[in-house]
Amino acid sequence: MQEGAVLEVRGICKNFPGVRALQGVDFTLREGEIHALMGENGAGKSTLIKVLTGVYTKDDGQIFLKGHEGPVHIKSPEDAQNAGISTVYQEITLCPNLTVAENMYIGRTKGPFTNWRAMNRRAGEILRSLEIPASPTQQLGTCSIAVQQMVAIARAVDMECKVLILDEPTSSLDEQEVRKLFKLMLDLKAKGVGIVFVTHFLEQVYEVCDRITVLRDGQLVGEYVIEELPRVQLVSKMLGKELNDMAALDKGETVSEKEDRGVPVLEAHQLSSTEGIKPFDFQIYKGEVNGFTGLLGSGRSECVRAIFGADKTTGGTVKVNGQEVSIKKPRDAMKYGIGYLPEDRKRDGIVGDLSVRDNIILALQVLRGFFRPISRAQAEAYADEYIKLLEIKTASSETPIKALSGGNQQKVILARWLLTNPNYLILDEPTRGIDIGTKIEIQKLVLKLAAEGKSVTFISSEIDEMLRTCSRLLVMRDRKMVGELTGEDLQQDKIMATIAGGESAS
Amino acid sequence: MTSVKSKQQGSVLTQKLHSKRQLFIPIAALLVLILVNLINDPSFFAIKVGTNSTGDPVLSGNLITILDNASELAILAIGMTLVTAASGGQDISVGATIAIAGSVVLRVLCGTEARPETLQAPIIVAFLVCCVVSMLFGAFNGALVAYFKIQPMVATLILYTAGRSIAAWINNNALPIISEPSFAYYGNFIPGIAIPTPVFIAIACMIIIALVLKFTTLGLYTQSVGINPHSSRLNGINPEFIKFITYVILGLCVAVAGFIKVSRFSTINYSVVAKDIEMDAILAVALGGNALSGGKFSMAASILGAYVIQFLTTTLYTFKVDSSALPAYKAVVVIILVVLSSPVAREKMAKLWKKVAPAKTAKEAN
Repeated sequence: MQEGAVLEVRGICKNFPGVRALQGVDFTLREGEIHALMGENGAGKSTLIKVLTGVYTKDDGQIFLKGHEGPVHIKSPEDAQNAGISTVYQEITLCPNLTVAENMYIGRTKGPFTNWRAMNRRAGEILRSLEIPASPTQQLGTCSIAVQQMVAIARAVDMECKVLILDEPTSSLDEQEVRKLFKLMLDLKAKGVGIVFVTHFLEQVYEVCDRITVLRDGQLVGEYVIEELPRVQLVSKMLGKELNDMAALDKGETVSEKEDRGVPVLEAHQLSSTEGIKPFDFQIYKGEVNGFTGLLGSGRSECVRAIFGADKTTGGTVKVNGQEVSIKKPRDAMKYGIGYLPEDRKRDGIVGDLSVRDNIILALQVLRGFFRPISRAQAEAYADEYIKLLEIKTASSETPIKALSGGNQQKVILARWLLTNPNYLILDEPTRGIDIGTKIEIQKLVLKLAAEGKSVTFISSEIDEMLRTCSRLLVMRDRKMVGELTGEDLQQDKIMATIAGGESAS
Repeated sequence: MTSVKSKQQGSVLTQKLHSKRQLFIPIAALLVLILVNLINDPSFFAIKVGTNSTGDPVLSGNLITILDNASELAILAIGMTLVTAASGGQDISVGATIAIAGSVVLRVLCGTEARPETLQAPIIVAFLVCCVVSMLFGAFNGALVAYFKIQPMVATLILYTAGRSIAAWINNNALPIISEPSFAYYGNFIPGIAIPTPVFIAIACMIIIALVLKFTTLGLYTQSVGINPHSSRLNGINPEFIKFITYVILGLCVAVAGFIKVSRFSTINYSVVAKDIEMDAILAVALGGNALSGGKFSMAASILGAYVIQFLTTTLYTFKVDSSALPAYKAVVVIILVVLSSPVAREKMAKLWKKVAPAKTAKEAN
């Protein structure tokens, strides 16, 4: 083992049917460092983490840990915990109906003999020392996602972990919450914990990390000290090619500044829903790309869900091509040529056990109706067409969609809606948790659709992505539409100011 | 390039094998049962031509018995598979609702008389009324599960408990007997045809469900709803309605099975008829390798599972197992089969298979 290393991985291999997920990967984590693990979707990051945490068993290779003679064998998540490797996953894996303290000590209590008071006191101390704004007796579900994540970290800290793996911890946090998390990470770093940080946000990597290990297609590309690897270099290493695409996309003809835009494809007036958004007005024209922006929880998704009929509307009117219509359920919206790619891919998007083929044809099939099933051969043809068109990486169209990586799952959902040939497509966070290459592909696709005369509403947490695609931005704050920006106003600082509110804009 | 393509073909092959593998367990179980009987007594498989009570020539033998007796179970397995797939739970009231269905048939045919000389209504009317009533009870279960979101097992527990009393109440607790011979055709033999009628009815049901699955999207919708109701809804499917409708379909299956049951005996015993058949129906679904938590299903495997269960029962009888001890023996066999068909065991077996035949898989990979 190298001097100062807490975790060393040599020549790890892991194969899945048809995929060689990891091929002889090396990885070294030193004491008191934050080490970014970077790569596109399907590069093998998740697989490596799952091998380290005992979710998968490795096919070949060795893992060394500080304080252990010789290679260690991690066969289960329990083994990993006992060896001092703790993981906080992207999705919270704690129990929302238990208290914060119970969550921190879950699996370590003594059943009926637990000294609850001592446990709560101890939990309170840890929370205070890490400055986590939660009370030990509070139900975890009542905390914000960020605090829940921090509680998960606090749990890991209390178990005296030497290695802390954070798998996309920031993807559902807003800016302030990310700050708090980083502070916590730096505290832990100072205490000598080695942190593996997996994220898609380049800025965050350059903000807190010391080193970067890049993976690509299951192979190690290299390990770099952060100062020696500028961003552009990192991106090109991840993609395996020199990248010119990173330059701003050409918005081309889609910016329709013309006054005469005809009748809106969709127009909502004083629309509100059961999800507590304030009544809002909205319209989108043919060939236009607009977007909702705002902080997480500002009501962006709720607006588009109301338009699509995914949530129950409580007031307001909707016009499609100038005709007043009633959209009560998603099926109604689909009939008017509206498609909706939901924010939560796992919960609302994919149908996990079904094949890629069935997932692609699902929406079209529903539109055709119960008594007109798409024939097997036709479905096969549709699936093959879109797998090719969107370059979906899958073993076959028979593969269950859950076996695909996140980005490819997202492409399948996109294919599902493209297949229905919608006039108006709503994309809610289509690029979340997706590698840069795919992100750009999706952005290009959006612009292509607009050029074909379709209308798109695009929602993203990344403002520069919105700037690249949208010609009009609707700004949300506290479940209320607070502004509309077009043309000259479409600038990062202007948007920020609108999001933040009038007071801080001056 | 070519290597990529052949690799893809290889995995397509494994995928196809995987879906075939679901049929593998019931088929293997059937083969084992056949083998055991061959060794024990090959005459088990003998089919003789005999005469039945009415003097017509009919086929008889264990195989015919199995095909005949499994009919109700196979029909129920169809509905149970759909219910399981869509709602991720099972209907445990089917035995009790068969009693209701049967009771309705008798009530319509007999009116208020206990032993009518002539039927009070055409048989087809009795059958249709029985279908409507059973579907209404199915709708009751379905509404509780789909719209009130009650766990299927709890929701159907209501009729499981109350069903046989309701059945008795329909006929004022009387046990009418039908003497009209044409009514017995459906559960026994039609004169001149040597194969029991229930076999044909079961086959007809299978053909109907095969056509329904082919010419409607019921299969895709039930699986989609069972796997992820949220995304199903956002794709325009009405998950509640799909769940509801599967229970109504099961109600129809119950009606057919109940009709066969009363036709077999020309009467009914409310507390005994189709007793514990719900467990066998659930077992048939499980034996077919379908997840009882819902989602993907194979209809063929479930139906095959039903026949395997009947084959097992008949085999145990030929081994002179006492009928009171039968469930215990059955349980042992069931444990083995269910464990073998569980995903965990299947994965282990797949790994084992890989080790046994590494050369073959290597070839496939290249």
